Amino acid sequence: MKTVSEAILSQYELVVGLEVHAQLSAQSKIFAADANRFGDAPNTNVSVITLGHPGTLPMLNEAVVEMAIKMGLACHCEISRYNIFDRKNYFYPDLPKGFQTTQDKTPICKGGYLDVKARKGNSKDYWVKRIRLNRIHLEEDAGKSIHPADADYTLIDLNRAGTPLIEIVTEPDIRQPEEAAAYLAVVRRIVRYLGICDGNMEEGSMRCDANVSVRKKGDTKLGQKVEIKNMNSMRNVQRAIEYEFVRQVQVLESGAKITSETRLFDVNSGRTFAMRTKEELNDYRYFPEPDLAPFVVTDEDLSRIRAAMPELPEQLVEKFQQVYQLPEYDSVVLTDEREMAVYFEQVCALTKHYKAVSNWLMGPVKSYLNETGKTAAEMPLTVRQLADAVELTEQGALSFSVASKELFAALVNQPEAVAEATARRLNLLQESNTDTLLPFIREIVAKFPNEAAAYRKGKKNLLGMFMGEVMKASSVKIDPKKAGELLRQVLES
Amino acid sequence: MEITPESLEKIAHLARLQVAPQDREKLLESLNKTIAWVDKLSEVDTTGIEPLTHMTHEVNRLRKDKIEQTLTHEQALSQAPDHDADYFRVPKVID
Repeated sequence: MKTVSEAILSQYELVVGLEVHAQLSAQSKIFAADANRFGDAPNTNVSVITLGHPGTLPMLNEAVVEMAIKMGLACHCEISRYNIFDRKNYFYPDLPKGFQTTQDKTPICKGGYLDVKARKGNSKDYWVKRIRLNRIHLEEDAGKSIHPADADYTLIDLNRAGTPLIEIVTEPDIRQPEEAAAYLAVVRRIVRYLGICDGNMEEGSMRCDANVSVRKKGDTKLGQKVEIKNMNSMRNVQRAIEYEFVRQVQVLESGAKITSETRLFDVNSGRTFAMRTKEELNDYRYFPEPDLAPFVVTDEDLSRIRAAMPELPEQLVEKFQQVYQLPEYDSVVLTDEREMAVYFEQVCALTKHYKAVSNWLMGPVKSYLNETGKTAAEMPLTVRQLADAVELTEQGALSFSVASKELFAALVNQPEAVAEATARRLNLLQESNTDTLLPFIREIVAKFPNEAAAYRKGKKNLLGMFMGEVMKASSVKIDPKKAGELLRQVLES
Repeated sequence: MEITPESLEKIAHLARLQVAPQDREKLLESLNKTIAWVDKLSEVDTTGIEPLTHMTHEVNRLRKDKIEQTLTHEQALSQAPDHDADYFRVPKVID
Protein backbone atom coordinates (compact mmCIF):
# COMPACT_ATOMS: atom_id res chain seq x y z
CA MET A 1 0.00 0.00 0.00
CA LYS A 2 1.30 3.42 -0.92
CA THR A 3 1.55 5.91 1.86
CA VAL A 4 -0.25 9.21 1.98
CA SER A 5 1.18 12.24 3.68
CA GLU A 6 -0.01 13.56 6.99
CA ALA A 7 -0.99 16.73 5.20
CA ILE A 8 -3.39 14.83 2.94
CA LEU A 9 -4.76 12.71 5.81
CA SER A 10 -5.43 15.84 7.82
CA GLN A 11 -7.81 17.07 5.11
CA TYR A 12 -10.10 14.11 5.80
CA GLU A 13 -12.43 13.29 8.64
CA LEU A 14 -13.04 9.79 9.96
CA VAL A 15 -16.67 8.79 10.63
CA VAL A 16 -17.40 5.57 12.51
CA GLY A 17 -20.47 3.88 13.94
CA LEU A 18 -20.24 0.69 15.96
CA GLU A 19 -22.52 -2.31 16.35
CA VAL A 20 -21.85 -4.33 19.48
CA HIS A 21 -23.39 -7.74 20.06
CA ALA A 22 -23.39 -8.81 23.70
CA GLN A 23 -24.41 -12.34 24.70
CA LEU A 24 -26.72 -12.10 27.70
CA SER A 25 -25.80 -14.31 30.62
CA ALA A 26 -29.24 -15.83 31.14
CA GLN A 27 -29.44 -19.45 32.30
CA SER A 28 -31.50 -20.52 29.29
CA LYS A 29 -31.87 -19.34 25.71
CA ILE A 30 -33.92 -16.43 24.49
CA PHE A 31 -36.87 -18.47 23.13
CA ALA A 32 -36.27 -21.96 24.53
CA ALA A 33 -35.33 -23.67 27.79
CA ASP A 34 -32.07 -25.28 26.63
CA ALA A 35 -28.98 -24.25 28.58
CA ASN A 36 -27.22 -21.08 27.46
CA ARG A 37 -23.72 -22.32 28.18
CA PHE A 38 -20.35 -21.97 26.47
CA GLY A 39 -17.93 -24.85 26.10
CA ASP A 40 -20.24 -27.89 26.30
CA ALA A 41 -20.01 -30.85 23.89
CA PRO A 42 -21.47 -29.92 20.47
CA ASN A 43 -25.22 -30.16 19.91
CA THR A 44 -26.06 -30.99 23.50
CA ASN A 45 -27.82 -27.74 24.48
CA VAL A 46 -30.52 -27.90 21.84
CA SER A 47 -34.29 -28.33 21.68
CA VAL A 48 -36.82 -28.68 18.88
CA ILE A 49 -37.27 -24.87 19.00
CA THR A 50 -33.55 -24.22 18.63
CA LEU A 51 -33.33 -26.77 15.84
CA GLY A 52 -36.17 -25.07 14.00
CA HIS A 53 -38.36 -28.13 13.72
CA PRO A 54 -41.71 -27.45 12.06
CA GLY A 55 -44.65 -26.69 14.30
CA THR A 56 -42.64 -25.64 17.34
CA LEU A 57 -43.39 -22.39 19.14
CA PRO A 58 -40.83 -20.09 20.72
CA MET A 59 -41.52 -18.42 24.06
CA LEU A 60 -39.64 -15.35 25.27
CA ASN A 61 -37.37 -15.58 28.34
CA GLU A 62 -38.43 -12.88 30.82
CA ALA A 63 -34.88 -12.51 32.18
CA VAL A 64 -33.46 -11.31 28.87
CA VAL A 65 -36.08 -8.57 28.64
CA GLU A 66 -34.99 -7.26 32.05
CA MET A 67 -31.33 -7.42 31.06
CA ALA A 68 -31.94 -5.43 27.88
CA ILE A 69 -33.96 -2.84 29.80
CA LYS A 70 -31.17 -2.50 32.38
CA MET A 71 -28.70 -1.81 29.59
CA GLY A 72 -31.08 0.74 28.10
CA LEU A 73 -31.53 2.55 31.40
CA ALA A 74 -27.76 2.57 31.94
CA CYS A 75 -27.33 4.13 28.48
CA HIS A 76 -29.99 6.82 28.96
CA CYS A 77 -32.29 5.25 26.35
CA GLU A 78 -36.02 5.48 25.97
CA ILE A 79 -37.58 2.07 26.63
CA SER A 80 -40.18 0.86 24.12
CA ARG A 81 -43.47 0.08 25.83
CA TYR A 82 -44.88 -2.12 23.07
CA ASN A 83 -42.52 -4.67 21.59
CA ILE A 84 -42.73 -7.21 18.83
CA PHE A 85 -40.13 -9.39 17.17
CA ASP A 86 -39.44 -9.64 13.46
CA ARG A 87 -38.08 -12.29 11.16
CA LYS A 88 -34.91 -11.49 9.27
CA ASN A 89 -34.89 -13.99 6.43
CA TYR A 90 -31.72 -15.50 5.04
CA PHE A 91 -30.31 -18.95 4.44
CA TYR A 92 -27.27 -20.17 6.26
CA PRO A 93 -26.82 -23.66 7.73
CA ASP A 94 -26.07 -22.39 11.24
CA LEU A 95 -29.46 -20.64 11.22
CA PRO A 96 -31.82 -23.63 11.22
CA LYS A 97 -35.12 -21.77 10.91
CA GLY A 98 -34.09 -19.88 7.76
CA PHE A 99 -34.60 -16.59 9.61
CA GLN A 100 -33.14 -14.83 12.61
CA THR A 101 -35.66 -13.67 15.19
CA THR A 102 -34.77 -10.06 15.95
CA GLN A 103 -36.39 -6.69 16.62
CA ASP A 104 -36.59 -4.52 13.56
CA LYS A 105 -39.53 -2.13 14.01
CA THR A 106 -39.62 -1.89 17.81
CA PRO A 107 -36.13 -2.04 19.31
CA ILE A 108 -36.55 -2.38 23.08
CA CYS A 109 -34.32 0.69 23.67
CA LYS A 110 -34.25 3.81 21.53
CA GLY A 111 -31.82 6.72 21.50
CA GLY A 112 -29.56 7.24 24.50
CA TYR A 113 -25.87 8.01 24.74
CA LEU A 114 -22.62 7.17 26.49
CA ASP A 115 -19.91 9.64 27.45
CA VAL A 116 -16.44 8.23 26.93
CA LYS A 117 -12.97 9.46 27.82
CA ALA A 118 -10.51 8.90 25.00
CA ARG A 119 -6.78 9.52 25.02
CA LYS A 120 -3.85 9.28 22.61
CA GLY A 121 -1.53 6.44 23.61
CA ASN A 122 -0.59 6.60 27.28
CA SER A 123 -1.18 10.33 27.53
CA LYS A 124 -2.61 11.62 30.80
CA ASP A 125 -4.73 14.10 28.88
CA TYR A 126 -8.07 12.91 27.68
CA TRP A 127 -11.06 14.32 25.87
CA VAL A 128 -14.68 13.51 26.63
CA LYS A 129 -16.85 12.43 23.73
CA ARG A 130 -20.57 11.88 23.81
CA ILE A 131 -21.52 8.97 21.56
CA ARG A 132 -25.22 8.78 20.81
CA LEU A 133 -26.92 5.43 20.52
CA ASN A 134 -29.37 4.72 17.77
CA ARG A 135 -30.93 1.68 19.41
CA ILE A 136 -30.50 -1.50 21.44
CA HIS A 137 -32.53 -4.50 20.34
CA LEU A 138 -32.99 -8.12 21.37
CA GLU A 139 -32.19 -10.98 19.04
CA GLU A 140 -30.91 -14.54 18.90
CA ASP A 141 -27.40 -15.72 18.09
CA ALA A 142 -26.73 -18.26 15.33
CA GLY A 143 -24.95 -21.60 15.68
CA LYS A 144 -21.36 -22.28 14.71
CA SER A 145 -20.01 -23.63 11.43
CA ILE A 146 -16.76 -25.53 11.31
CA HIS A 147 -15.05 -25.98 7.96
CA PRO A 148 -12.60 -28.90 8.20
CA ALA A 149 -9.75 -28.50 5.72
CA ASP A 150 -10.02 -30.73 2.64
CA ALA A 151 -13.50 -31.95 3.57
CA ASP A 152 -16.42 -31.58 1.19
CA TYR A 153 -18.77 -30.86 4.09
CA THR A 154 -19.27 -28.31 6.84
CA LEU A 155 -19.97 -29.25 10.47
CA ILE A 156 -22.68 -27.48 12.42
CA ASP A 157 -22.90 -27.04 16.19
CA LEU A 158 -26.17 -25.48 17.31
CA ASN A 159 -25.37 -25.02 21.02
CA ARG A 160 -24.96 -21.28 20.43
CA ALA A 161 -28.12 -20.98 18.33
CA GLY A 162 -30.75 -19.11 20.30
CA THR A 163 -28.28 -17.53 22.71
CA PRO A 164 -29.84 -14.24 23.81
CA LEU A 165 -28.12 -11.17 22.39
CA ILE A 166 -28.51 -7.45 22.61
CA GLU A 167 -27.22 -5.46 19.69
CA ILE A 168 -26.15 -1.96 20.66
CA VAL A 169 -25.97 0.38 17.67
CA THR A 170 -24.36 3.82 17.83
CA GLU A 171 -24.93 6.83 15.63
CA PRO A 172 -21.95 7.62 13.36
CA ASP A 173 -20.50 9.91 16.05
CA ILE A 174 -17.01 8.47 16.41
CA ARG A 175 -14.28 10.65 14.88
CA GLN A 176 -11.09 9.09 16.28
CA PRO A 177 -10.01 5.42 16.50
CA GLU A 178 -9.31 5.95 20.22
CA GLU A 179 -12.93 6.93 20.78
CA ALA A 180 -14.03 3.55 19.44
CA ALA A 181 -11.76 1.70 21.88
CA ALA A 182 -12.85 3.95 24.76
CA TYR A 183 -16.51 3.38 23.88
CA LEU A 184 -16.03 -0.40 23.94
CA ALA A 185 -14.32 -0.16 27.32
CA VAL A 186 -17.32 1.77 28.68
CA VAL A 187 -19.82 -0.70 27.23
CA ARG A 188 -17.88 -3.62 28.64
CA ARG A 189 -17.66 -2.02 32.07
CA ILE A 190 -21.43 -1.39 32.11
CA VAL A 191 -22.45 -4.91 31.03
CA ARG A 192 -20.14 -6.31 33.69
CA TYR A 193 -21.51 -3.98 36.38
CA LEU A 194 -25.03 -4.97 35.43
CA GLY A 195 -24.03 -8.65 35.40
CA ILE A 196 -25.71 -9.18 32.03
CA CYS A 197 -22.66 -10.25 29.97
CA ASP A 198 -19.07 -11.15 30.81
CA GLY A 199 -17.82 -8.76 28.14
CA ASN A 200 -15.14 -11.15 26.92
CA MET A 201 -14.23 -10.09 23.37
CA GLU A 202 -11.61 -12.83 22.88
CA GLU A 203 -14.21 -15.53 23.53
CA GLY A 204 -16.82 -13.73 21.46
CA SER A 205 -19.34 -13.03 24.20
CA MET A 206 -18.99 -9.40 23.17
CA ARG A 207 -18.42 -8.73 19.46
CA CYS A 208 -18.00 -5.54 17.52
CA ASP A 209 -18.54 -4.55 13.89
CA ALA A 210 -17.47 -1.11 12.69
CA ASN A 211 -19.03 0.97 9.93
CA VAL A 212 -16.23 3.19 8.69
CA SER A 213 -16.31 6.02 6.19
CA VAL A 214 -14.26 9.13 5.48
CA ARG A 215 -15.11 12.54 4.06
CA LYS A 216 -13.37 15.82 3.39
CA LYS A 217 -13.39 18.00 6.48
CA GLY A 218 -16.32 20.39 6.31
CA ASP A 219 -18.45 18.05 4.18
CA THR A 220 -21.84 17.37 5.71
CA LYS A 221 -22.71 14.36 3.58
CA LEU A 222 -21.46 11.00 4.83
CA GLY A 223 -19.03 9.08 2.66
CA GLN A 224 -19.64 5.54 1.38
CA LYS A 225 -19.31 3.23 4.38
CA VAL A 226 -17.49 -0.05 4.65
CA GLU A 227 -18.34 -2.64 7.29
CA ILE A 228 -15.45 -4.24 9.15
CA LYS A 229 -15.79 -7.50 11.02
CA ASN A 230 -13.60 -9.98 12.83
CA MET A 231 -12.03 -7.74 15.46
CA ASN A 232 -11.76 -9.66 18.69
CA SER A 233 -10.33 -7.05 21.03
CA MET A 234 -10.68 -3.35 21.73
CA ARG A 235 -7.13 -2.84 20.56
CA ASN A 236 -7.90 -4.56 17.25
CA VAL A 237 -11.00 -2.45 16.69
CA GLN A 238 -8.81 0.62 17.05
CA ARG A 239 -6.12 -0.81 14.75
CA ALA A 240 -8.65 -1.81 12.10
CA ILE A 241 -10.17 1.68 12.08
CA GLU A 242 -6.74 3.32 11.92
CA TYR A 243 -5.85 1.16 8.93
CA GLU A 244 -9.18 1.62 7.21
CA PHE A 245 -9.03 5.42 7.50
CA VAL A 246 -5.73 5.56 5.64
CA ARG A 247 -6.88 2.99 3.07
CA GLN A 248 -10.06 4.89 2.22
CA VAL A 249 -8.22 8.20 1.92
CA GLN A 250 -5.78 6.55 -0.48
CA VAL A 251 -8.58 5.13 -2.59
CA LEU A 252 -10.24 8.54 -2.83
CA GLU A 253 -6.96 10.35 -3.47
CA SER A 254 -6.24 7.98 -6.36
CA GLY A 255 -9.51 9.12 -7.90
CA ALA A 256 -11.37 5.87 -7.29
CA LYS A 257 -14.58 5.30 -5.36
CA ILE A 258 -15.09 3.40 -2.10
CA THR A 259 -16.83 0.08 -2.73
CA SER A 260 -19.71 -0.84 -0.47
CA GLU A 261 -18.46 -4.08 1.02
CA THR A 262 -17.71 -6.08 4.13
CA ARG A 263 -14.05 -6.32 5.05
CA LEU A 264 -12.32 -8.59 7.54
CA PHE A 265 -9.52 -7.48 9.83
CA ASP A 266 -6.39 -9.60 9.83
CA VAL A 267 -4.75 -9.50 13.25
CA ASN A 268 -1.30 -10.47 12.01
CA SER A 269 -0.88 -7.97 9.21
CA GLY A 270 -3.03 -5.29 10.83
CA ARG A 271 -4.87 -4.85 7.51
CA THR A 272 -8.43 -5.21 6.38
CA PHE A 273 -9.31 -7.16 3.27
CA ALA A 274 -12.51 -7.59 1.30
CA MET A 275 -14.67 -10.64 1.90
CA ARG A 276 -15.79 -12.47 -1.20
CA THR A 277 -18.44 -10.10 -2.49
CA LYS A 278 -21.90 -11.51 -2.60
CA GLU A 279 -23.39 -11.35 -6.04
CA GLU A 280 -26.88 -10.49 -4.87
CA LEU A 281 -27.88 -7.67 -2.59
CA ASN A 282 -29.01 -8.66 0.86
CA ASP A 283 -32.76 -8.65 1.04
CA TYR A 284 -33.86 -9.79 4.46
CA ARG A 285 -37.60 -9.30 3.88
CA TYR A 286 -38.30 -8.44 7.51
CA PHE A 287 -41.79 -9.09 8.72
CA PRO A 288 -43.42 -9.36 12.18
CA GLU A 289 -42.89 -12.71 13.91
CA PRO A 290 -46.42 -14.06 14.40
CA ASP A 291 -45.35 -16.89 16.72
CA LEU A 292 -44.22 -14.59 19.55
CA ALA A 293 -46.83 -12.57 21.40
CA PRO A 294 -46.04 -8.87 21.72
CA PHE A 295 -44.71 -7.82 25.12
CA VAL A 296 -45.54 -4.67 26.98
CA VAL A 297 -43.30 -2.81 29.42
CA THR A 298 -45.12 -0.86 32.14
CA ASP A 299 -44.06 1.99 34.45
CA GLU A 300 -44.07 -0.52 37.31
CA ASP A 301 -41.68 -2.80 35.40
CA LEU A 302 -39.34 0.12 34.84
CA SER A 303 -39.35 1.24 38.50
CA ARG A 304 -38.79 -2.29 39.70
CA ILE A 305 -35.90 -2.88 37.28
CA ARG A 306 -34.36 0.50 38.00
CA ALA A 307 -34.51 -0.14 41.76
CA ALA A 308 -32.66 -3.43 41.31
CA MET A 309 -29.79 -1.86 39.35
CA PRO A 310 -26.41 -1.34 41.00
CA GLU A 311 -24.73 2.05 41.04
CA LEU A 312 -22.89 2.46 37.76
CA PRO A 313 -19.25 3.44 37.24
CA GLU A 314 -20.22 6.90 36.00
CA GLN A 315 -22.09 7.62 39.25
CA LEU A 316 -19.45 5.95 41.41
CA VAL A 317 -16.63 8.07 39.96
CA GLU A 318 -18.59 11.15 41.08
CA LYS A 319 -19.46 9.64 44.44
CA PHE A 320 -15.89 8.58 45.21
CA GLN A 321 -14.72 12.14 44.64
CA GLN A 322 -17.57 13.75 46.59
CA VAL A 323 -18.12 11.35 49.49
CA TYR A 324 -14.63 9.91 49.94
CA GLN A 325 -12.69 12.95 48.68
CA LEU A 326 -10.59 10.80 46.35
CA PRO A 327 -8.75 12.31 43.38
CA GLU A 328 -10.40 11.65 40.00
CA TYR A 329 -7.61 9.26 39.05
CA ASP A 330 -8.22 7.03 42.09
CA SER A 331 -11.97 7.13 41.50
CA VAL A 332 -11.59 5.94 37.93
CA VAL A 333 -9.18 3.14 38.83
CA LEU A 334 -11.25 1.88 41.77
CA THR A 335 -14.49 1.80 39.80
CA ASP A 336 -13.10 -0.06 36.80
CA GLU A 337 -14.35 -3.33 38.24
CA ARG A 338 -17.51 -3.43 40.30
CA GLU A 339 -16.06 -5.86 42.85
CA MET A 340 -13.24 -3.42 43.56
CA ALA A 341 -15.64 -0.50 44.03
CA VAL A 342 -17.90 -2.51 46.33
CA TYR A 343 -14.90 -3.70 48.35
CA PHE A 344 -13.59 -0.15 48.68
CA GLU A 345 -16.91 1.04 50.08
CA GLN A 346 -17.09 -1.88 52.49
CA VAL A 347 -13.63 -1.08 53.88
CA CYS A 348 -14.56 2.60 54.12
CA ALA A 349 -17.50 1.64 56.33
CA LEU A 350 -14.90 0.48 58.88
CA THR A 351 -12.28 3.21 58.62
CA LYS A 352 -12.40 6.90 57.79
CA HIS A 353 -8.94 6.96 56.17
CA TYR A 354 -10.42 6.78 52.67
CA LYS A 355 -7.37 7.93 50.75
CA ALA A 356 -5.22 5.44 52.65
CA VAL A 357 -7.63 2.65 51.67
CA SER A 358 -7.37 3.79 48.07
CA ASN A 359 -3.56 3.73 48.29
CA TRP A 360 -3.65 0.19 49.62
CA LEU A 361 -5.96 -0.97 46.85
CA MET A 362 -4.11 0.76 44.02
CA GLY A 363 -0.72 -0.28 45.44
CA PRO A 364 -0.12 -3.65 47.11
CA VAL A 365 -3.57 -5.13 46.46
CA LYS A 366 -3.66 -4.36 42.72
CA SER A 367 -0.05 -5.53 42.29
CA TYR A 368 -0.97 -8.76 44.01
CA LEU A 369 -4.00 -9.27 41.75
CA ASN A 370 -1.93 -8.52 38.66
CA GLU A 371 0.90 -10.82 39.66
CA THR A 372 -1.38 -13.71 40.51
CA GLY A 373 -3.70 -13.14 37.55
CA LYS A 374 -6.70 -12.83 39.85
CA THR A 375 -9.70 -10.54 39.54
CA ALA A 376 -11.16 -8.15 42.08
CA ALA A 377 -13.69 -10.86 42.92
CA GLU A 378 -10.82 -12.76 44.57
CA MET A 379 -9.52 -10.19 47.05
CA PRO A 380 -6.53 -11.46 49.04
CA LEU A 381 -7.56 -9.71 52.29
CA THR A 382 -10.91 -9.61 54.05
CA VAL A 383 -12.60 -6.24 54.38
CA ARG A 384 -11.86 -6.25 58.12
CA GLN A 385 -8.17 -7.13 57.62
CA LEU A 386 -7.62 -4.27 55.20
CA ALA A 387 -9.51 -1.81 57.41
CA ASP A 388 -7.39 -2.88 60.41
CA ALA A 389 -4.15 -2.68 58.42
CA VAL A 390 -5.08 0.85 57.31
CA GLU A 391 -5.93 1.88 60.88
CA LEU A 392 -2.68 0.45 62.29
CA THR A 393 -0.62 2.23 59.65
CA GLU A 394 -2.44 5.52 60.03
CA GLN A 395 -1.97 5.38 63.83
CA GLY A 396 1.74 4.89 63.23
CA ALA A 397 1.75 1.44 64.83
CA LEU A 398 3.69 0.28 61.79
CA SER A 399 5.05 1.94 58.70
CA PHE A 400 3.25 1.67 55.36
CA SER A 401 6.25 0.02 53.76
CA VAL A 402 6.45 -2.69 56.46
CA ALA A 403 2.68 -3.09 56.49
CA SER A 404 2.28 -3.33 52.73
CA LYS A 405 5.06 -5.88 52.43
CA GLU A 406 5.38 -8.01 55.53
CA LEU A 407 1.96 -7.67 57.13
CA PHE A 408 0.21 -7.91 53.75
CA ALA A 409 2.13 -11.06 52.83
CA ALA A 410 1.23 -12.64 56.18
CA LEU A 411 -2.46 -11.88 55.77
CA VAL A 412 -2.87 -12.92 52.12
CA ASN A 413 -5.48 -15.68 51.85
CA GLN A 414 -5.53 -16.10 55.65
CA PRO A 415 -9.05 -14.84 56.30
CA GLU A 416 -8.91 -15.99 59.95
CA ALA A 417 -5.79 -13.97 60.77
CA VAL A 418 -6.27 -10.75 62.74
CA ALA A 419 -4.14 -7.90 61.46
CA GLU A 420 -2.94 -6.53 64.81
CA ALA A 421 -2.18 -9.93 66.36
CA THR A 422 -0.31 -10.94 63.20
CA ALA A 423 1.74 -7.73 63.25
CA ARG A 424 2.58 -8.34 66.91
CA ARG A 425 3.52 -11.95 66.32
CA LEU A 426 5.86 -10.92 63.51
CA ASN A 427 7.26 -8.15 65.69
CA LEU A 428 6.30 -5.48 63.17
CA LEU A 429 4.62 -3.07 65.59
CA GLN A 430 6.40 0.08 66.60
CA GLU A 431 5.74 2.44 69.49
CA SER A 432 4.55 5.85 68.40
CA ASN A 433 2.50 6.99 71.38
CA THR A 434 3.72 10.40 72.69
CA ASP A 435 2.77 9.65 76.29
CA THR A 436 4.87 6.50 76.28
CA LEU A 437 7.78 7.82 74.22
CA LEU A 438 8.26 11.27 75.78
CA PRO A 439 9.37 10.21 79.31
CA PHE A 440 11.59 7.54 77.80
CA ILE A 441 13.29 10.03 75.48
CA ARG A 442 13.74 12.54 78.33
CA GLU A 443 15.47 9.77 80.31
CA ILE A 444 17.94 9.10 77.50
CA VAL A 445 18.68 12.78 76.90
CA ALA A 446 19.32 13.20 80.66
CA LYS A 447 22.08 10.57 80.43
CA PHE A 448 24.07 12.80 78.03
CA PRO A 449 24.04 16.32 79.51
CA ASN A 450 27.22 17.42 77.70
CA GLU A 451 26.01 16.34 74.29
CA ALA A 452 22.62 17.91 74.94
CA ALA A 453 24.30 21.20 75.75
CA ALA A 454 26.48 20.96 72.61
CA TYR A 455 23.37 20.31 70.52
CA ARG A 456 21.69 23.39 71.94
CA LYS A 457 24.79 25.41 71.06
CA GLY A 458 24.45 24.35 67.44
CA LYS A 459 25.95 20.89 66.99
CA LYS A 460 22.76 19.71 65.31
CA ASN A 461 24.33 16.61 63.87
CA LEU A 462 24.36 15.11 67.35
CA LEU A 463 20.71 14.30 66.72
CA GLY A 464 21.78 11.11 64.97
CA MET A 465 23.70 9.99 68.03
CA PHE A 466 20.66 10.59 70.24
CA MET A 467 18.43 8.71 67.82
CA GLY A 468 20.79 5.76 67.92
CA GLU A 469 20.76 5.74 71.72
CA VAL A 470 16.97 5.92 71.82
CA MET A 471 16.57 3.06 69.40
CA LYS A 472 19.19 0.95 71.16
CA ALA A 473 17.75 1.48 74.65
CA SER A 474 14.18 0.58 73.71
CA SER A 475 12.91 -2.95 74.19
CA VAL A 476 10.25 -2.43 71.50
CA LYS A 477 10.41 -0.99 67.98
CA ILE A 478 9.93 2.72 67.89
CA ASP A 479 8.35 4.76 65.13
CA PRO A 480 11.48 6.62 63.91
CA LYS A 481 9.53 9.55 62.54
CA LYS A 482 7.71 10.16 65.80
CA ALA A 483 10.89 9.58 67.86
CA GLY A 484 12.81 12.15 65.80
CA GLU A 485 10.08 14.69 66.31
CA LEU A 486 9.95 14.20 70.08
CA LEU A 487 13.74 14.11 70.39
CA ARG A 488 14.06 17.48 68.70
CA GLN A 489 11.32 18.83 70.94
CA VAL A 490 13.10 17.64 74.12
CA LEU A 491 16.53 18.87 73.00
CA GLU A 492 15.30 22.25 71.97
CA SER A 493 13.15 22.91 75.03
CA MET B 1 -46.81 -4.27 -8.78
CA GLU B 2 -45.73 -6.59 -11.53
CA ILE B 3 -43.51 -9.63 -11.37
CA THR B 4 -40.92 -9.45 -14.11
CA PRO B 5 -38.63 -12.27 -15.25
CA GLU B 6 -35.87 -10.53 -13.22
CA SER B 7 -37.89 -10.33 -10.02
CA LEU B 8 -38.99 -13.94 -10.48
CA GLU B 9 -35.37 -14.96 -10.61
CA LYS B 10 -34.58 -12.91 -7.51
CA ILE B 11 -37.48 -14.37 -5.52
CA ALA B 12 -36.52 -17.88 -6.56
CA HIS B 13 -32.93 -17.27 -5.51
CA LEU B 14 -33.92 -15.84 -2.12
CA ALA B 15 -36.11 -18.89 -1.53
CA ARG B 16 -33.37 -21.19 -2.85
CA LEU B 17 -35.72 -22.61 -5.47
CA GLN B 18 -34.58 -23.79 -8.86
CA VAL B 19 -37.00 -22.80 -11.60
CA ALA B 20 -36.74 -24.79 -14.80
CA PRO B 21 -36.73 -22.59 -17.95
CA GLN B 22 -39.89 -24.20 -19.32
CA ASP B 23 -41.80 -23.36 -16.11
CA ARG B 24 -40.94 -19.67 -16.07
CA GLU B 25 -43.72 -18.42 -18.28
CA LYS B 26 -46.42 -20.29 -16.35
CA LEU B 27 -45.03 -19.17 -12.98
CA LEU B 28 -44.88 -15.55 -14.07
CA GLU B 29 -48.48 -15.61 -15.14
CA SER B 30 -49.65 -17.35 -12.00
CA LEU B 31 -47.68 -15.03 -9.68
CA ASN B 32 -48.97 -11.95 -11.43
CA LYS B 33 -52.55 -13.21 -11.12
CA THR B 34 -52.05 -13.74 -7.38
CA ILE B 35 -50.49 -10.30 -6.95
CA ALA B 36 -53.35 -8.67 -8.85
CA TRP B 37 -55.88 -10.46 -6.66
CA VAL B 38 -54.16 -9.42 -3.40
CA ASP B 39 -53.71 -5.92 -4.81
CA LYS B 40 -57.48 -5.48 -4.41
CA LEU B 41 -56.67 -4.76 -0.76
CA SER B 42 -54.76 -1.61 -1.69
CA GLU B 43 -58.06 -0.05 -2.64
CA VAL B 44 -58.97 0.19 1.06
CA ASP B 45 -57.88 3.42 2.72
CA THR B 46 -55.76 2.40 5.72
CA THR B 47 -54.60 5.88 6.73
CA GLY B 48 -54.12 6.05 10.48
CA ILE B 49 -54.58 2.32 11.04
CA GLU B 50 -51.83 0.48 12.90
CA PRO B 51 -50.52 -2.60 11.10
CA LEU B 52 -52.00 -5.84 12.40
CA THR B 53 -49.06 -7.97 13.45
CA HIS B 54 -50.78 -10.67 15.47
CA MET B 55 -54.13 -12.40 15.20
CA THR B 56 -54.77 -12.57 18.95
CA HIS B 57 -54.70 -9.83 21.57
CA GLU B 58 -52.54 -11.89 23.86
CA VAL B 59 -49.46 -10.07 25.22
CA ASN B 60 -46.61 -10.94 27.59
CA ARG B 61 -46.39 -14.67 27.07
CA LEU B 62 -43.07 -14.97 28.85
CA ARG B 63 -41.27 -17.89 30.41
CA LYS B 64 -39.12 -18.06 33.55
CA ASP B 65 -35.39 -18.31 32.95
CA LYS B 66 -35.10 -21.99 33.81
CA ILE B 67 -33.04 -24.68 32.07
CA GLU B 68 -34.81 -27.77 30.81
CA GLN B 69 -33.15 -30.50 28.82
CA THR B 70 -35.86 -31.66 26.43
CA LEU B 71 -33.81 -33.51 23.83
CA THR B 72 -30.86 -35.83 24.03
CA HIS B 73 -27.86 -35.26 21.82
CA GLU B 74 -28.73 -38.41 19.86
CA GLN B 75 -32.36 -37.37 19.37
CA ALA B 76 -31.23 -33.97 18.18
CA LEU B 77 -28.99 -35.42 15.49
CA SER B 78 -31.32 -38.26 14.50
CA GLN B 79 -33.62 -36.18 12.26
CA ALA B 80 -30.84 -34.75 10.12
CA PRO B 81 -30.07 -36.14 6.64
CA ASP B 82 -26.39 -36.33 7.58
CA HIS B 83 -24.43 -36.14 10.82
CA ASP B 84 -21.49 -37.67 12.64
CA ALA B 85 -21.27 -38.51 16.36
CA ASP B 86 -21.04 -34.83 17.34
CA TYR B 87 -22.14 -32.57 14.52
CA PHE B 88 -24.71 -31.99 11.83
CA ARG B 89 -23.11 -32.28 8.41
CA VAL B 90 -24.10 -30.04 5.56
CA PRO B 91 -22.69 -29.52 2.06
CA LYS B 92 -19.56 -27.41 2.23
CA VAL B 93 -20.34 -23.74 2.83
CA ILE B 94 -18.04 -21.12 1.43
CA ASP B 95 -18.39 -17.66 2.90
